[in-house]
Amino acid sequence: MAKTSLVRDVAAVACGETLSCLWDGVDRHLSSARTSITLATDDKPMFPGFSAQWTDKLHFIDPTSYGTIPVYRVLDYGGNIINSSEDPKLDQSKVVEIYHCMTLLNSMDRILYECQRQGRISFYMTHYGEEATAVGSAAAINPDDLVFAQYRETGVLMWRGYTLDQFINQCFGNCEDEGKGRMMPIHYGSKANNFVTISSPLTVQLPQVSLVRGGDIGRNNGYAISTPSHEQYRGDGIAAHGPAYGMATIRVDGNDIFAVYNATKAAREFAVKENRPVLIEALTYRIGHHSTSDDSSTYRQDSEVNQWTGASHPIARLKQYMENQGWWTEAQEKEWKQDTVNRVRKSLERCEKRLKPDWREMFYDVYEKMPDHLIDSDDSDWPRVRRSCP
Amino acid sequence: MFQAINNALDIALGKDPSAIIFGEDVGFGGVFRCTLGLQDKYGKDRVFNTPLCEQGIAGFGIGAAAAGSTAIAEIQFADYIFPAFDQLVNEAAKYRYRSGNTFNCGNLTVRSTWGAVGHGGLYHSQCPEAYFAHTPGLKIVVPRGALKAKGLLLSCIQDRDPCIFFEPKILYRGAVDDVPLKEYTLPLGKADILLEGDAVTLVGWGTQVHVLLEAAQLAQKELGVSCEVIDLVTILPWDRETVCNEECFLHLESPIQRVTGFDTPFPHIFEPFYLPDKWRCFDAIKKSVNY
Repeated sequence: MAKTSLVRDVAAVACGETLSCLWDGVDRHLSSARTSITLATDDKPMFPGFSAQWTDKLHFIDPTSYGTIPVYRVLDYGGNIINSSEDPKLDQSKVVEIYHCMTLLNSMDRILYECQRQGRISFYMTHYGEEATAVGSAAAINPDDLVFAQYRETGVLMWRGYTLDQFINQCFGNCEDEGKGRMMPIHYGSKANNFVTISSPLTVQLPQVSLVRGGDIGRNNGYAISTPSHEQYRGDGIAAHGPAYGMATIRVDGNDIFAVYNATKAAREFAVKENRPVLIEALTYRIGHHSTSDDSSTYRQDSEVNQWTGASHPIARLKQYMENQGWWTEAQEKEWKQDTVNRVRKSLERCEKRLKPDWREMFYDVYEKMPDHLIDSDDSDWPRVRRSCP
Repeated sequence: MFQAINNALDIALGKDPSAIIFGEDVGFGGVFRCTLGLQDKYGKDRVFNTPLCEQGIAGFGIGAAAAGSTAIAEIQFADYIFPAFDQLVNEAAKYRYRSGNTFNCGNLTVRSTWGAVGHGGLYHSQCPEAYFAHTPGLKIVVPRGALKAKGLLLSCIQDRDPCIFFEPKILYRGAVDDVPLKEYTLPLGKADILLEGDAVTLVGWGTQVHVLLEAAQLAQKELGVSCEVIDLVTILPWDRETVCNEECFLHLESPIQRVTGFDTPFPHIFEPFYLPDKWRCFDAIKKSVNY
């Protein structure tokens, strides 16, 4: 009863000699408390919201006192399945389709990036090094699963059949852009493809997605613009947060398309069946600049970037796998690459020529119906925009 | 008024199987009793508590509305709506516009208690409507009593744009009207002329409408001045036609007076001196007519 004697000591000091007359009362109180404490130690703590055990050792939980969450992978850097029981056994046509999607995205990135450098579009963000996370996860879920994305998940839309013209229309903000030219480039959205329109404020989509109760997928690419991970958190990445919120959690190699695919497929099944969230942290490396408004060489070395452009690259790894299977040859590679470039160039030619939307589109869709303070509805030249501020 | 709100929510849930109510402590009936009995009647999957996180509540509501549900979110006090400011201003207000009307969160209504209550101090008294009034895409509504509260709240819930419905909490128990039990709606964007008059126009909303009515009576009695009293009802988009000031520049016979709270945080002990009470309003009327 170490605690009780401590209390008694404190009480004794507080009472002092002059208050000894009160001591009898304190002592009596402690005696009755002792009985109940003895009973309580046999019991579990009863604090609401916890199912913990008591401990009589003072011990801080330190992040180094338990292991870090391992990174799940299926393919090694040579494109071989490491553990055959984890082989998703996708058939040749699906694997080639996945490869086509990743590489088409890559070609679109290269050309639109150059387009921005030439001032033909105002802004662009590439997906270099992160092609597998979006395409792999998209291939593992159903086409009618609602997707809320940040801005480096274009591969999901591409997998779902969004066309090059649709992407490029958005980047040019021309009259065929579903978004009516109102948003910056790469802020895609498609009702038909169940892909909720992207917006710039970060993480706002997170609570919005809660309703869908699907898997939350975090891309951890090592950087937020120039800020490296070690300046963003001191814990074990994003995945370590999952269990704290009571979420089933896994960390995967985001450069391994099959690992991403397997984890997302299992997460979807779990989330739908159990009605519980899942957190997937996909580790990748952001090979490109953060955006066209960023020069990443000012905060990281080329040598660091180069480590990620070789055999560990998601496209290179899947290509190696396909070659190992006898599903892909250098000749096919050459022909397909040229084909993707031609397709993007042709689409670009078409989209760049299209007119911008009617300027009056600026005033629609603020509300469902245009309110009076935006227009003079009684004007015959409707919708003539009000010239004065309300 | 809290019973009228409760009745409106009951009707909304009864009529629309996709409607859900959520927020902090709404499950047991809400800290102002506005959701009393609704969880028992409609179940925990339609009326439920959320974690204490306003940005999460607003974001969750937007997601629910975007996915097709009628989402009725509660922010416990308007003073605590600021953590949700980003979700409401950057997301809710712009959802339809930025997606070219392919996605929207028009089925979202955010209810929040609002205004002075006698002893609320800095964080249980605020009126943050002006912050939101600068946000195209939102509708902002403040009722002045029970009858208005029910009709306007049902309009907000059915409206196809995201609405913020501020409930003057001092009126929860204070305002009593004969309120029809059946469903009815009242138009958004429409002001009410409560008192006809020809000398001065007084415009306010929420609790302040009652102060203006008293000030108008005082002006009639003391100065023989007949005041028109208008309840603006909707802050955004507001009813220009009824209030009509822009086009009446040439008809203005004196400067427009604004009688408001002071440019200080809302104080605890000094509340009676802080509020734009009927005497301050009366003084402004006097100044106007004597100009």
